[in-house]
Amino acid sequence: MKYVLMFVETEQFAADLIAMDEPERERAYARVRQWFADHHDKITHHAHLMPADSATTLRLDRGEPLISDGPFVEGKEIVSGYAEIEVADLDEALRIAKSWPACPVVEIRPIAA
Amino acid sequence: MTQPTHAELARLVRDHAGRLAASLVHLVGDFAAAEDLVADAVEAALSHWPVEGIPVRPDAWLYTVARRRGLDQIRREHRHRRKLALVPWPTEPQSDDRLRLIFTCCHPALPRTAQVALTLRVVCGLTTAQIAKAFLVPESTVGQRITRAKRKISHAGIPYRIPSPDELGSRLAEVLAVIYLLFNEGYLSTDGHQAQSRDLTDDAEFLATLLHGLMPTEPEAAGLLALIRLHRARAAARFDTDDRIIQLPQQDRSRWEHTLIADTGRLLARAAALRRPGPYQLQAAIVACHAEAASWEDTDWTQIVVLYDMLLRLAPSPVTRLHRAVALRYVAGPAAALVEVDALCGDLDDYHLFHATHAELLRDLGRQEQARAADERALTRTANPAEQSLLRQRINWA
Repeated sequence: MKYVLMFVETEQFAADLIAMDEPERERAYARVRQWFADHHDKITHHAHLMPADSATTLRLDRGEPLISDGPFVEGKEIVSGYAEIEVADLDEALRIAKSWPACPVVEIRPIAA
Repeated sequence: MTQPTHAELARLVRDHAGRLAASLVHLVGDFAAAEDLVADAVEAALSHWPVEGIPVRPDAWLYTVARRRGLDQIRREHRHRRKLALVPWPTEPQSDDRLRLIFTCCHPALPRTAQVALTLRVVCGLTTAQIAKAFLVPESTVGQRITRAKRKISHAGIPYRIPSPDELGSRLAEVLAVIYLLFNEGYLSTDGHQAQSRDLTDDAEFLATLLHGLMPTEPEAAGLLALIRLHRARAAARFDTDDRIIQLPQQDRSRWEHTLIADTGRLLARAAALRRPGPYQLQAAIVACHAEAASWEDTDWTQIVVLYDMLLRLAPSPVTRLHRAVALRYVAGPAAALVEVDALCGDLDDYHLFHATHAELLRDLGRQEQARAADERALTRTANPAEQSLLRQRINWA
């Protein structure tokens, strides 16, 4: 089955990352690169998104398309990236997601067949 | 064929529905479809057996009904049920594989309410109506929980298998929590009447027995089973003839089932020999101290306080601290216990037993007015009629 792991950042996580010194941040990035390397045979696609302040939202259900600045939900937790994986079942997806070394929330959603 | 009683019917369905479900999931390879067939077969049994009597082979009877419905469904909606059509249906039920079934029903990706409803329906063979009645919720609510849970199992790819060794600990804890919740729900809703509705403590004991039988080297499964049995061994002494609660110090201990208590003590000792202590084993050991004492005065309070200390290290909780304080009263006196209880008022203000315990300690220390006020606070915080009547009695007599 295919799943998308959505990596969700919190304000605290973003602040912690900024507060790190250069070598510390480099080690954090290295852990993420290692995770992608460890699971490369299961990961079919992945992307890291630009920060939420770069987002533009379009609403199409209110007559004229409504363009606004920012993500579609204003919240303290925002999706910062995703990885598509191909595994046997939810337990295998959970096992991979549990080892994710960066942001503190991961949503796991199956891809519609 | 004989006419079954309500309890016999419940026991028979419980013994066979889970096996049938496991057999059908194995056969059909689709949890949701198998579950539908079992639910149909159980409904059929509940309408036929009371009239026609129990068949000689209830398992074969249920299986035949499920098989026939399965084949009917293939004819009716063959496009949607291709999986069923591919099944080479044997004429007899397959192997007993209820352990996988339990782990699927209690998967942590399902909400607790759905884990409970699914386990009762799939493993114990309760109908949606029986579950709704036991939990005092509308039948449609239970139906939606089950439908949604089955959809999630199939859409999210929740597997039908026993967890791998590295996951087993946390997954087993999830299963034990579901069984413990069922037991508490059944135990607390008992009011001394021989309940007309389903006795969930029967289902909890059945599940704990099944789990222990399937996983004999898991000491916490044995611990939970022991905990349930030790409570049940003393159930007959819990209420007087007017359905009022009799508290432990006043219970007639000759009415306890002493053979069962002794057997359970041995079960607990075998679990302890595996040297992996856990919250259920410790709780059961505490209950065993009470169950094995000849009288309230003979209770080994020092041992109980030690066991509570161990339990608090493994699973800290304000309710456990409250129980430890009750034991401490008999080791170090009511004043020492009151200090402990006072420290919990922030955490447990909503809990009636906190105020009831507070009242007892204040009364021991001669502080009658404060004791009465605490009992009154307890009274507003419980909906259980038996507990309310006990508290009213104390307020009026004190």
